[in-house]
Amino acid sequence: MVRFILRRAALGLLVALTVMTLAFMLTRLSGDLAISIAGPGATQEDIEIIRKAYGLDQPLYIQFASWISRALVGDLGNSYFFKDSVSNLIAARMPITMTLGLVGLGLALLVSIPLGTLAAMREGTWVDRAVTVVTMIGQATPSFWFGLILMITFGLTLGWLPISGTGSWQHFVMPGIVLAMTATPALTRLTRSGMIEAIASDYIRTARAKGLTRRSIIFKHALRNAAIPVVSIAAVQLGFMLGGSIVVETVFALHGVGFLAWESIAKNDFPVVQAVVLVLATIYICLTMLSDILNALLDPRIRST
Amino acid sequence: MSIAISLPPVRVRTFRVGNVGFWIGVAICSVVVLAAVVGNALVPHDPFAQNLNNRLVPPFWMEGSQPDHLLGTDQLGRDYLARLVYGARISLLIGITTMIVSGLIGTTLGILGGYFGGIVDDVVLFLITCRLSIPVVLVALAVVGLLGSSLTLVICTLGLLLWDRFAVVARSTTMQVRSLDYMNAAMCAGASTPRLLFREILPNIASHLAVVATLEIALAILFEATLSFLGLGVPAPLPSWGLMIAEGKDYMFFSSWVIMIPGVTLFIFVMGVNFVGDGLRSLLGAERPR
Repeated sequence: MVRFILRRAALGLLVALTVMTLAFMLTRLSGDLAISIAGPGATQEDIEIIRKAYGLDQPLYIQFASWISRALVGDLGNSYFFKDSVSNLIAARMPITMTLGLVGLGLALLVSIPLGTLAAMREGTWVDRAVTVVTMIGQATPSFWFGLILMITFGLTLGWLPISGTGSWQHFVMPGIVLAMTATPALTRLTRSGMIEAIASDYIRTARAKGLTRRSIIFKHALRNAAIPVVSIAAVQLGFMLGGSIVVETVFALHGVGFLAWESIAKNDFPVVQAVVLVLATIYICLTMLSDILNALLDPRIRST
Repeated sequence: MSIAISLPPVRVRTFRVGNVGFWIGVAICSVVVLAAVVGNALVPHDPFAQNLNNRLVPPFWMEGSQPDHLLGTDQLGRDYLARLVYGARISLLIGITTMIVSGLIGTTLGILGGYFGGIVDDVVLFLITCRLSIPVVLVALAVVGLLGSSLTLVICTLGLLLWDRFAVVARSTTMQVRSLDYMNAAMCAGASTPRLLFREILPNIASHLAVVATLEIALAILFEATLSFLGLGVPAPLPSWGLMIAEGKDYMFFSSWVIMIPGVTLFIFVMGVNFVGDGLRSLLGAERPR
């Protein structure tokens, strides 16, 4: 088991390093950064000063090495626009993104586990088909548009919820629903297939032979076993949702990490952009690692492969 | 003692509810393709012509509509139907070309990993893991933001980011096919590796890839709309559906139809493409990946 965890951690580190390299290359795509930082009215001297000040006159590999070595100890550089350290900026906005992600995941699980179970119990019937169609509707709805529709309906027409900002818990309801919608189809399908597999297994047949009630079979036996993969995938989904929250945060003007990234892209503030890419990727890598280890702990068969 | 008569298994393709979905999907997609190809010849307006004296005219089912503009006009007085129809062209173009780019990358990686196994497979799995840990929307936005928005750039960026599902499916299906009898037979007959890959494996996993391809088209269309909505996708005068929603956003509280028309169109089209993909899956007997 220790060997499995070590191997998994080494893989995670390697992936993180690759993503760091990509994030660095990404921000160097635009040619001369000093010119874009200096802005349209800058003179040649200004550009030279900026190039020196930010270390952009050094060869790329030196810039890369210094960025990596500082990022490894938690120093992500300074923002050009906000005049603050990137770590501070991200740390200040992370709670909002995390809250949004957890609310979204909670809502998604609340919808997808009952739906998936229902579809599995009635496999092949019209109920099953209806659930499939519902998941397809969720998949086909553009999240930003869904957010706008919610704003018009619940914010304006009914006046139940605030339209944008982050003052109270009510501000997280609509963004949470939109984010939940993006994760529900995958989670529902997974619950469904997990439950179908569980229902067909030997221990369910035994339980049925013992004469247990249908309810007890479904909830006490099948669901508990099907829940294991769902919970571990939920961790991975959370990673995806944090990455996708940039859309939701922009629509609802929630000043989280995604909104910060969006602003920074518009302002050519590349240390922030590459740091957000790195932070989101790292969170995702950690979550998948956690879910893999959790799976291996629960299912000894995975460890040997 | 009874004599066992073995009949060849007959597969009857029954007309199920899933097939109804497939045909609905085909119908929706045909309408969109038709609109994209001949639509702008049929609509009497230019999608780019502004008329500031005739702004935000409501569509035909609302009061104050003009028979000349069936779906009304936008905030610059451009005919909404003409823009919607032109938008179909953009969505379709981006959906299909992105699918081709990502399909080439993903399928190549997947087949190589699944066929050769060992270190090659480790590398492919590593690449898939890396790809999955990259936040797609954020990176696509950053690339377009840094390089300036253009249609080609959006296609390349999405193509380079969305190949993961192709790779996963191509890899797992290649692994299943590799050990089958006809592969052994071809190998014994002295077929070369490229021949095995192109003539034996590719045709046999093609049905699975077709399903992924349709779903990827739907995904790419949604991503393009998202990027355009955030202002970093298709550049401004072009009428992408996502961009139309973004431009209508400022007026949506007074005249919600400005975002309803492109939004509903986008939704129905993506739904249609997904219906086709889902129908293909059951028609071709391809299982859902995983």
